[in-house]
Formats: sequence, C-alpha cells, structure tokens
Amino acid sequence: MHPARLVDGPGRHLEVTPQVAIEAHDLRRTYRTSTGTFRRRRIEIEAVRGISFSVLTGQIFGIVGPNGAGKTTTIKMLTTLLQPTSGRARVLGFDVVHDRQEVRRRIGYVVGGDRGLYDRLSGYDNLRYFAVLYGVPGGEQRRRIGSVLELVGLEKRASERVEGYSRGMRQRLHVARGLLHDPPVLFLDEPTIGVDPVGARDIRQTVAALAAAGKTVLLTTHSMIEAETLCKRIAVIAQGRVVVAGSAAAIKDSGTARAVTEILASDVSEATLQRLRGLPGVLAVSTEVRDLTLMIRVQSTVSADLTPAILKQLNGARILNLSSRQPTLEDAYIELVSDLGRVEPN
Amino acid sequence: MPPYGVIRAGWALHLKSLSMSTFFVFVYLVMPVLLAAIAFYLFRNGARHVSLFEGALGTGMMGLWSTTLFGAGEALTRARREGTLELMVLAPTPLFYSVFAITLASATLGLYSIAATTLCAYLLFGVPIEIAQPGWFAAGLLVSVVSLGLLGVLLASFFFLYRYANALTNLLETPVWLLCGLLIPVALLPGWSVPVSWILAPTWGIETLRAAASGSDAVRPLLAEIGVGIAYLLLGLRVLGWVERLACVRASLPLA
Repeated sequence: MHPARLVDGPGRHLEVTPQVAIEAHDLRRTYRTSTGTFRRRRIEIEAVRGISFSVLTGQIFGIVGPNGAGKTTTIKMLTTLLQPTSGRARVLGFDVVHDRQEVRRRIGYVVGGDRGLYDRLSGYDNLRYFAVLYGVPGGEQRRRIGSVLELVGLEKRASERVEGYSRGMRQRLHVARGLLHDPPVLFLDEPTIGVDPVGARDIRQTVAALAAAGKTVLLTTHSMIEAETLCKRIAVIAQGRVVVAGSAAAIKDSGTARAVTEILASDVSEATLQRLRGLPGVLAVSTEVRDLTLMIRVQSTVSADLTPAILKQLNGARILNLSSRQPTLEDAYIELVSDLGRVEPN
Repeated sequence: MPPYGVIRAGWALHLKSLSMSTFFVFVYLVMPVLLAAIAFYLFRNGARHVSLFEGALGTGMMGLWSTTLFGAGEALTRARREGTLELMVLAPTPLFYSVFAITLASATLGLYSIAATTLCAYLLFGVPIEIAQPGWFAAGLLVSVVSLGLLGVLLASFFFLYRYANALTNLLETPVWLLCGLLIPVALLPGWSVPVSWILAPTWGIETLRAAASGSDAVRPLLAEIGVGIAYLLLGLRVLGWVERLACVRASLPLA
C-alpha cells in the first residue's frame, strides 16, 4: 500500500458542501478479462485502487500520472461512462451510479486525441448533432454553436470536413463540443495531447478563462507545465492510487530535493557519475544523452551550492554548461512516481 | 428536445455520413444489379409462386434488410472506432433515440435498394413494374423502413456489449432472407421456423408489398408489420436502457 499524502486542502473524509463540485471517495475499478483459446483464464486488473479527492466549485483540479496510472479510468467513472467496482463519487451532489442522467446533464467531457468526432462531417454538423443530443433548444442552437466556435477560433473552418482538420483544430472542436450545453463542470482528458505548443497555449488560455467564468474543471495531463500553470490543486496518481495531492508548490515541497544542478558535458565516465552519487547531500543523479553530450541532473537535499564539489568530481570531463535551479513540479513528480518503481515517459 | 427532434437530426446526420462512405456507395451501385439478376433467373426458371415483379420486390427487400443490417453495423462500429459511441451514451438523451436515428438512416438508404432492384429488373430483364394499389404499396414501404429501423435497434444492443459484434451482421443476413420468404415461400420452410418468420418485420413487409402489387388484401400484413414494429419499439426502449448500464459495468464501450 502507498497511502496518499495530503499536503494541503481538505481531509480524506469528505463532506458534501455546496462548494464541493466533484467528490470521489475510495473509488475502485477492476477490469475483468480472459485469455487463452482452449483453456480460458480469467484475469483481473485493478486499474483504480481507492482514489479519494474533492474539487471545489470554480476550481481547476489536475490529475497527473504515468501511462496506465488510472487517470482515464477515474475520469470515466466520474463521467458515468464506467461503473465503479466500489466506492462512491458525486458530481454537484449527484451520485455517478444512481443519478447518471442528472450528472450527464451537468457535465462536459472533452477527450484528447483524434477520436470523438464524426470525421466525414463538417465541424458545424458535429456541433449541431451534439447540440441536439445535449438538449440545446432548437432556437438557441445556432447562437450556441456560433459562440463556442468563436471561443475556440474555428468559426472560419466550421464548414470543412473534420477529416481534414489538424490535431490542434480537432482538439479545439472537442472543447467547443464539451461547452455546447454550457455545463457547470468540465472533464478534460489530456486536452493538449499531441497539440503544438501554440495550440496547447490557446487551449490552456481557454480553460483558464472558463474557470474564471465559474466553471469547475477536472483535467488529466502529462504536462507538468500545464498542471502547474492551470491547476489550483493537483493529485499525482500512480498504480491506481493517489500518491500525493495538493497545490503545485506543496507537491514540489513534498519532494526531498531542494536543489537541482544541471551539467551539460562530454567525456564523462561511469566512475565519475558514481562519484557524483556519492557526494554528501546528493539524492539522485540522472543522465540524458543529447547528441554527443550528456545532460547530468544532480538532485540534492541541501540548498547550499554544491557546484564546487561537483566540478571537482568532474575533473577530466569537458563541461559545456552548468546551472543550478530550484526543483520543478516535474522533478517532484519523477521522484514520487519513481519511488513506486514506475516511470513511463510520455 | 423532444424525441422526434433527436431522431430527425440524428437521421439526417447519419444519412449524410453513410452516403459519404465509398464502400457503401459501391454496394448501392452493384448490389441492385446482382439482386435483379437473382430475381430474374430464380423466378423465371423455378416453379413460380409469384410474378416476376413480385420476385424482384423480394430481392429488393433482401437489399433493404442487408442495407439496414450492414449500414447500422458499419455506423456503430465506426462510432466505436471514432470514439463517438461513448459520447452518445454520455449524452442525456436516452440511448434508444440516438441509436434508432442510426438504424432508421440505414433503413432509409435501403429504400434505394428496392427502387434500384426493380428498375434494374425492368431495364435489364424486361420485368414489368405493375402496382395495383400504389397507396398501400407506399404505406408498406414506409412501415417496412420504420420497423426494420426498430429491429436494427434490438440488434444494435450487441454492438454495445460486444466489441466484435460486426461479425453478427454476416451471420444474420442470409437466414433472414430465407426465414422471411424473400427468396422462397415461407410455406416451404420447416414448421418450427414459421413462428420465427412471424416475428420478423421483413416477412410482413414483403407480404404487404406483394399484396399491394397484385391487388390482394394488403391491410392484414400491414397491420401485422405495425404490430411487430410496436413490439420492437417497446422491447428496444427497455433493452437499450439495460444494455447501456451493462456496457458501463463491463467497460465494453471503448475499442480497447
């Protein structure tokens, strides 16, 4: 067991209050499948193993975690697409199992990636159909579609078939679709995945504006920058459990590293790296090959400058650049999920 | 939005989407010629129990059934692949209406099959088009499209529960052709299969069309088809709700 560490915010015993828009309590989901042709063998996979958190109205709450950590399963349970194996969850006070229709009326679900749209139809036709499915009154549909298209900047391309859209345009259309019925709660599952930096920034700005307008947003992401920029609170999940939850600053502080020194160098031997690992106060040394050079990251527990000691150990190596910085959310995240023996880069 | 609004909008959208499928357009062009040829040679050389035109109607109904079956199957498989199946379930509109819109659109495209098959039979094989009661004939076509759409909803349940339900469409095509008397009279089938024929809408659909074409009593089979259609509707409303809940428990909505 890896008990969740709550570094700020409300406790694990959740109370329903008017401010709580989303709450999950000990949510679990097990997938059952079978394998083999003649001798069928049943397999059970525990994707989510007791997740609890709450999101306040108007807040952006982020869920980050490696692939297979249970992010999408969690979001699908909260949006009523998957029934939890046990535990309970509510959205705006409505139970996701027993009040599914009430939940569905009040949420928007935005999926990341290429799926979730009718490729052969135009962007406008897609929105019109979903407006009908989401019960937007006939007289209001044109105005709503125009307004969401304008919000995501697709009004000039709306008549084109979706199959010709770029990844970024598709993603913006997803956001527009999720907003059609003006839901108070939005679930965004990796909304910027595969989108170029400018497109991703535009989507982030839209999400920030929505939260500023009072919408509650729960988003999953692999981007630590996105989580740090947008989210008031973040839950790091791994192996189906919340490892830590709190503000970005609190999560950064929850890591043991206090400083990170980055050295771009060449001609670095394994023995040199071992010597660096042996320095007092050094927590971890990671490397990344960059063409003919090596980027060495030294995480240390001490705030004091380790540069002289590091330089001494690198004697004989060719140093191209050296800098020190505060640990980022990504550093803390890698440390947290590495502790569980599982890190999968994007 | 009232259910008919959802059905109308979904029907228009899926009609548009299906008619943009290259595979489907190819099937529309080739299938009627093949079916017309089957009708002509089968009914010309066999012990004829109906006129050549009524035979062509039978093969046209075969096309209507195939188009509904494959069209709905293709639309739902594509929806699963595109990830729109989950969004359809997630919408507050009851699933029955959004699925019926898809199957109704497929059945509507099947009307083309009846028209093209009879036209091909006329143009290529000289089979005369003779309809004694055009009003009842039109009513028969309309009720056939709606009831086949409703039957499609029941079959669609499998698509929500099983990822590879598309294989089912191949399995169901020919038995229904035979059971509904589209190729051979129902009277020639073994006794145990006759009650199965009665609960299948195409049985009454083809009987209505043939009766309207020959000038005999078309009301009785038309009423039977409406009755069967209502049964599909009531069953579909119940089954789809149950299937949706089960799909959320089994996690069978996404592709993987």
